[in-house]
Amino acid sequence: MTKRSLQEVAKRVRSKNAGPFWLTIDIFLPDEQTFERVGRSRVIDPQVIGDIYGVDPTHVMVFRLAALCAIKISFPRPVVQGSLYDRDMHGGQQYAPLLALLVD
Amino acid sequence: MNGTFSETAVVRVLVPVGMLGGGFPPDTIDVGIKMGAHLIAVDGGSTDSGPHFLGTATAKTARAAVARDLSVIVPAAFAAGIPVVVGSCATGGTDAGVDWVFEILCEIATSRDLLLNVARIYSEQSSEALVSCLSAGRIHPLAPSAPLAPETISKCSHIVGLMGHEPIAMALAQGADVVLAGRATDTALVAALPLMRGLPPGPVWHAGKIAECGGFCTDAPRSGGVLVSIDADGFTVEPLSPSAACTPSTVFAHMMYENADPNRLREPDGTLDTSAASYEALDPRRVRVTGSRFEPAPYTIKLEGAAPVGYQTVIITGIRNPETLRRLDEWCNGVLEYLEHRVPSTFGLRPHDYDLRILRYGHDAVLGNAEPTKDAVPQEVGIVFTATASSQALATELAKFANPVLLHAPLFGETEVPSYAFLGSPVEIERGQIHEFVLNHVLDVNDPSDLFRVTYSKVPG
Repeated sequence: MTKRSLQEVAKRVRSKNAGPFWLTIDIFLPDEQTFERVGRSRVIDPQVIGDIYGVDPTHVMVFRLAALCAIKISFPRPVVQGSLYDRDMHGGQQYAPLLALLVD
Repeated sequence: MNGTFSETAVVRVLVPVGMLGGGFPPDTIDVGIKMGAHLIAVDGGSTDSGPHFLGTATAKTARAAVARDLSVIVPAAFAAGIPVVVGSCATGGTDAGVDWVFEILCEIATSRDLLLNVARIYSEQSSEALVSCLSAGRIHPLAPSAPLAPETISKCSHIVGLMGHEPIAMALAQGADVVLAGRATDTALVAALPLMRGLPPGPVWHAGKIAECGGFCTDAPRSGGVLVSIDADGFTVEPLSPSAACTPSTVFAHMMYENADPNRLREPDGTLDTSAASYEALDPRRVRVTGSRFEPAPYTIKLEGAAPVGYQTVIITGIRNPETLRRLDEWCNGVLEYLEHRVPSTFGLRPHDYDLRILRYGHDAVLGNAEPTKDAVPQEVGIVFTATASSQALATELAKFANPVLLHAPLFGETEVPSYAFLGSPVEIERGQIHEFVLNHVLDVNDPSDLFRVTYSKVPG
């Protein structure tokens, strides 16, 4: 199977604060097959997530919601929401680095 | 009605919009009332807009927008004889925020000739009392935070506790037509009436979570809010706008929204567990949810606190010169290094007395180190320079000192002095005091209403 990016295979990817101290990323896939495929890929590897966002991979939580064909990734915000060094107050753009990741 | 459970026990709660002041079509309120709403619940705040609003006890929302929403909701509810609950008044849920909404409500009551019983529930906490709770071992960190230090409590300008349903239910039982609550969990506003009528906590809290953002659980979030009909076995959710629909996917997906764990939601008296819940379409517009569980736990109140970190002044300048853009890191580092070298001696400051920062919009401002394409050369970059210091005057002095550097800093080896594109005159923009959220902790309490103070008034007085 040709490798395609998450942006190409996902229906929608979004991110948001889950309170001031957590960030959460939701990945909605179009069907069960793609859901399974992304679920096996490095997109949801805590080590990959940890490297991208500068967080401890042991703090990365991954939830698979089969009924929705959705995957949720949550981790402590590397910088607290709205603090001096925060770049994205609502965390709404932080999913962007995942879009280019390749899904096997 | 307190604690009783009749055979026709269905409690219907209308949630017009996710945030008071957000706006909604006025006829959606009449629709919900005709559907048999027993209460209108609307959230007025959140941490999501940032620490400034709690830190300064001011609202994010425009006063006129809050007045507009209340002037639709309150007269309609009063005419129908059902109560209104507003939670987390004025964004941060501070005491001043409750009084701000109260003042708006009084104006509406006067102009519309309504006689209202109003309960105001205050949720601000004194730092002295919290410091003694801390030394008594009653305050615990939530992940990922560390145990609290007393200094962290003392430096907060405002601290609120997130009330559960109990203080709201108490005010409703006292006959309040309108309850204006300080900081409360979003779900508690919906949960108060059904819990006081004896409905089980699983369906009640789950309905609260699904409805808390109004139309967000529908396929047309801007078309208006929702009505949740809660009973002993589950709940049904439907949109107020006839053109919108709730589907099992739109409803289930809302459990994911702004929630780290999509299956579990902590409330003061326990945890909602939706992992075994099922979402079933009753028809193309209504969804029935069953199987929600609630695990009771020792009672805790979550604390939120905002502390000032300094005052900030900002300069915005644009770079279009291709060579500077090609060597952008070098240019930015050169500016900061020069300033870090000159500021201490010029101002008599130590390095930790101030903070200087450059964000590059159009390059990596939004993602920082997580930006995957930061080797690409941008076409144009917006430089946002921030100076943060102990007073506004000092922050602006630092920005003025940086002004000629940001305007004219040449690249190494460049003989001509460049000039970059400043945004207007004056270029320094004063942002005022900057706050940070510093509490992510819970307080053990015995009585759910202990930390909250209620005032009853007849409006107009």
